[in-house]
Amino acid sequence: MSKIDFKTAGPFIALVAIFIIGIFVNEAFLSAGNLSNILARSSFIGIVAVGATFVITTGGIDLSVGSMAAFISGCMILLMNALMSSIDSMSVIILLAILASAAIGALAGLINGLLTTKAKIEAFIVTLGTMGIYRSLVTYMADGGTLSLNFTIGDVYSEVYYGTLLGLPYPIWVFLVVAVVGYVLLNMTVFGRHCFAVGSNESVAHYSAINVDRVKTASYVLQGLCVSIATIIYVPRLGSASGQTGILWELEAIAAVIIGGTLLKGGYGRVWGTVVGALILTLIGNILNLTDAVSNYLNGAVQGMIVIIAVYLQRGAWRRS
Amino acid sequence: MSAAAALEPSISPPLLQVAALRKAFGEIEVLHGIDFELAPGEVHAILGENGAGKSTLVKCLAGFEPRSGGDLHLAPPDSVIPQAHSAQAWTHGAAERAGVVLIHQEFNLAEQLSVADNIFLGSEIRGPSNFFLKKGEMRSRSADYLAQLRCGIDPDTLVAELSVADKQMVEIAKTLAKKARVLILDEPTAVLTQNESAALFELIDTLRARGVGIIYISHKLEEIERLADRITIIRDGELVGRYAADKLSKDDMARLMVGRELDSLYPSIPKPGPKPGPAPSAEHVPALAVSGLRVTGATNFAGEEFSVSSGEVLAFAGLVGSGRTALMETLLGLRPGPVSTQSAVKVHGKVVRLSSLADARRAGIAYLTKDRKGSGLLLDKSLRDNFSLLALDQFSRGVIDTRAEEAAFAEAVKKFDIRMRDTRVTAGKLSGGNQQKLLLAKVMATTPDVLIVDEPTRGIDIGTKSQIYHFLAQLAAAGKALILISSDMSEVIGMAHRVAVMHQGSIAGVLSGEEINEIEIMRYATGLKTAKPSSNGSES
Repeated sequence: MSKIDFKTAGPFIALVAIFIIGIFVNEAFLSAGNLSNILARSSFIGIVAVGATFVITTGGIDLSVGSMAAFISGCMILLMNALMSSIDSMSVIILLAILASAAIGALAGLINGLLTTKAKIEAFIVTLGTMGIYRSLVTYMADGGTLSLNFTIGDVYSEVYYGTLLGLPYPIWVFLVVAVVGYVLLNMTVFGRHCFAVGSNESVAHYSAINVDRVKTASYVLQGLCVSIATIIYVPRLGSASGQTGILWELEAIAAVIIGGTLLKGGYGRVWGTVVGALILTLIGNILNLTDAVSNYLNGAVQGMIVIIAVYLQRGAWRRS
Repeated sequence: MSAAAALEPSISPPLLQVAALRKAFGEIEVLHGIDFELAPGEVHAILGENGAGKSTLVKCLAGFEPRSGGDLHLAPPDSVIPQAHSAQAWTHGAAERAGVVLIHQEFNLAEQLSVADNIFLGSEIRGPSNFFLKKGEMRSRSADYLAQLRCGIDPDTLVAELSVADKQMVEIAKTLAKKARVLILDEPTAVLTQNESAALFELIDTLRARGVGIIYISHKLEEIERLADRITIIRDGELVGRYAADKLSKDDMARLMVGRELDSLYPSIPKPGPKPGPAPSAEHVPALAVSGLRVTGATNFAGEEFSVSSGEVLAFAGLVGSGRTALMETLLGLRPGPVSTQSAVKVHGKVVRLSSLADARRAGIAYLTKDRKGSGLLLDKSLRDNFSLLALDQFSRGVIDTRAEEAAFAEAVKKFDIRMRDTRVTAGKLSGGNQQKLLLAKVMATTPDVLIVDEPTRGIDIGTKSQIYHFLAQLAAAGKALILISSDMSEVIGMAHRVAVMHQGSIAGVLSGEEINEIEIMRYATGLKTAKPSSNGSES
């Protein structure tokens, strides 16, 4: 068929269009440094959004990811600073912090999942609640200020964010690996098919011998792990955490998922669409930085418009098919 | 029959009339010029196989789908001269304002609103300021409508708390509030018990006597015979003919719908032994034996007991609501039952614990739900995804082997004769009969030894029905043990070796051989007769 499937190709077309706009706006846009910067920055939201793709495909929503990222960041910094006195090897301290981060992320996801499935509270309410809890906890841990990573460790750990492999910063590689794993999991495994089924119709899933509660809970655990991975590469970037860390990440992650063509009501999800969605959001911010035509402060407004336009176009295409 | 559509002379003046109505979805035309007319005070039945276009036709009549061609005339309330309505202007709202109301197979009620609120939804009675609602008046008028229907529902009840039959009553009360002159009922008795259906028929008689024109769609030929004044039969989107109801026998109706002579509807099933079924001997091990099974809310504290052998069809008959589905779903772990220590389930003599459908699948038991659209199929997913959903583990070695999955699906399409425009359509686009065949293919993909089918032919056309009976017979002949839950008496009698009849949540008796007849089943089903199920010889 020669007709372009707008549902699938739409986000890619938009990405290319925005990219071309970028080229015309400022010649600095095409510099290797800028492009690499865009990819590295998009990796935080992108990794979180890959997890959100699972949650949303399964028919859930997780609003707590931004607070969770802040909370995990705070925990990692406190842990590393505390371990300084007892462990000599910086690498061991960082490794322990990474393991703790994964454990906290998975546990936080598990709590969201169990409250949703076992206590039967709507995901929106559960994660609205945990969003407030984690945000408050990190503010409390920082005593209203900022938690800073010890400089000695910070120097070693910063390699994770600033270091490169084959000329690309590590965060880009991590993003790529998370996206590939996410794609395989969602599209090529029994678990992924079950996510689609649960999001599409829980009752049918139940009558197809699928453990609905387990699939939903697993999606939240995956989301927690993705937040943890994003945090692991985010902490060395600034070396600090505060009540302002990860603000609005949940909205950007959900926006990336929706721009990418995943259905908010569940039942259909696309990991590559999500990756493109995250890139689009970061590109817009970057282009606004490089131009005087529109104030950088309007970044959120432009992103918001893009989300609404993207969904409008998808709905139209949806109805026609 | 001649090729030209046979048309009974018109009754004039008609209330509603359409000529050469066409409907196309995209490039595919599904109705190829249908003539139809309805007189005031008439019950006009529309008959046809599933996929013939009945539902599409009435959706066009009620403005839910715009027609692609043809004229529609409706006599206004104050005149007998029919007035033309263009396809664009004939929206759902316009049709309702003109008094043409369709009651869907799936109800359109706001569950969290009261009965009275629902009856006046969209046509609320307002006070003088045109802003505040006159709740009292809506309530009293609702009570009045419900009284006219001889229905005792309290108008303040939340719709979510009503039974299916009561919800239908509310739908019909809504049409009274809208002063409907054309009432379209699409398979209204599919969800009703016999008593509720009888009440509905009386109500239809009342409305008919008041001059309401009623369009009635049903697969149940007895109902058509009982109710219809005239019958319009369509096949594959074409008009077959319009007949006076008293000139058609049920055989004629079936023949005209299908367009060919039905080769025997019920296949002859090889009996596992001479009828009556296999004598329970000491060595005989049934494929599935259940004892002491208790169901939430049931009063029989000893629990239920039954067994089915390989190659046997055990039917579960009973009135709707007698607890047959609840019994099977509790057995399969689909719904929680009371904790019971005496409960024992044996598959081929081996004790198994079934706490979820996954356990049942492992034990070789499959279940075909009666709720095809709500619990059976993912309507917005592809046929292949639906087919493999229950048996997905078979196709997975870490990642899903889509080639093996495709191959198994292609084989199932052939085996179960699933007909589709192309393989990429979603399950929701299939006709009811093909959906049912897909659902059967889905549960059979796990190659179970014991198959429990719940109302396998509900709401599907007679041709597909016959096909499904043949599939089930083949499975029994291949040594599967079959449990058939059915509210269709002729289906039970035509298919079963033994019949367990349920009454108020318990098995009232198990019939075999000559005992399997309509009167005997009815006696047990209505509680006139009870016998302890002793076919398993557990009393010795």
